[in-house]
Amino acid sequence: MSKVVVITSGKGGVGKTTTSANVATGLAQEGFKTVAIDFDVGLRNLDLVMGCERRVVYDFVNVIRNEAKLQQTLIRDKRVEQLYVLPASQTRDKDALSAEGVGRVIDELKEMGFEYIICDSPAGIEKGAQMAMYFADEAIVVTNPEVSSVRDSDRVLGLLAAKTSRAELGGAPITTHLLLTRYSPMMVKRGEMLSVADVLELLGIPLLGVIPESKAVLQSSNKGAPAILDETTDVAQAYLDVVSRFLGQDRQHRFIEDEKRSFFGRLFG
Amino acid sequence: MSFFDYFRKRPKSATLAKDRLSIIVARERAGSRPGTGADYLPQLQQELLAVIARYEKIDLSNVTVSLDRHGGSEVLELNITLPEGQPPRPGSPRPSFA
Repeated sequence: MSKVVVITSGKGGVGKTTTSANVATGLAQEGFKTVAIDFDVGLRNLDLVMGCERRVVYDFVNVIRNEAKLQQTLIRDKRVEQLYVLPASQTRDKDALSAEGVGRVIDELKEMGFEYIICDSPAGIEKGAQMAMYFADEAIVVTNPEVSSVRDSDRVLGLLAAKTSRAELGGAPITTHLLLTRYSPMMVKRGEMLSVADVLELLGIPLLGVIPESKAVLQSSNKGAPAILDETTDVAQAYLDVVSRFLGQDRQHRFIEDEKRSFFGRLFG
Repeated sequence: MSFFDYFRKRPKSATLAKDRLSIIVARERAGSRPGTGADYLPQLQQELLAVIARYEKIDLSNVTVSLDRHGGSEVLELNITLPEGQPPRPGSPRPSFA
């Protein structure tokens, strides 16, 4: 049984690639054979965030055009068993992704026994983003507590309900999850940031998790090692919860309330 | 800003964000589903403008048409600003808008 999961948002810079890298790594750590596909043709970055940029030989578009085999294109992660990356192409040809080609690659990945196929969507609602969501069974909508991001997420929810294989073939609707990232409980407490409750009310989809604003995200992309690998950080804990919830386990939501910090905590925080 | 404004409670920016979003999100949801009403607004605006232009010199930016939801009911709001200082042309009735 394999599941295709799109990580999407509409707006850029909200944490789609970070989330793709962490969720894929977390699922593989749980023992599932997982692949993360970068759909951002022309602006590939998932390889950098996952630290395998120097091992890219062939890419997604090469496979679609039958210029390379899927087996030789997939990059196996050196840290986590069962984890693979399918890098995007750096071509400037916008029409490089066709529904037929993408569908064929996803079918082939399913035949290879991949249990989770994570599709890292590009920003926007153009072809790349449409292709990333087209074959999805589930969607994680990454949103920042900020007006433009919430509005764009709502647009994307409309597309998920209308412009996907499931919608067009009349199947069961895509299961949607909200992931609220770059959340600052302190700003929410001061009334300077939309709260979890506000965003939930506006978008009306179930909450998968809240990722706190944290330096750990930048530090992990600097290193090319997804934050979830270093369990000491709040971001890693938050993503571990997200993966557990995604797998159907019950985890209480954290990082929503402003923790009372000690004097020294505030001094060195 | 006067000295006393300092003590007056101003709305928090998060509240403003939520209010603005609830309006725009509702409007865009209605617009993306044809037949729900809001898709005719641009055309209505154009046609109203054409009618008003027969009587008054007016430009597009002085006509706003919006559809808002208050609880269970929808409010169609027309806001037309007529140019100042120009007497109505003789013989043509001046339209009045509430």
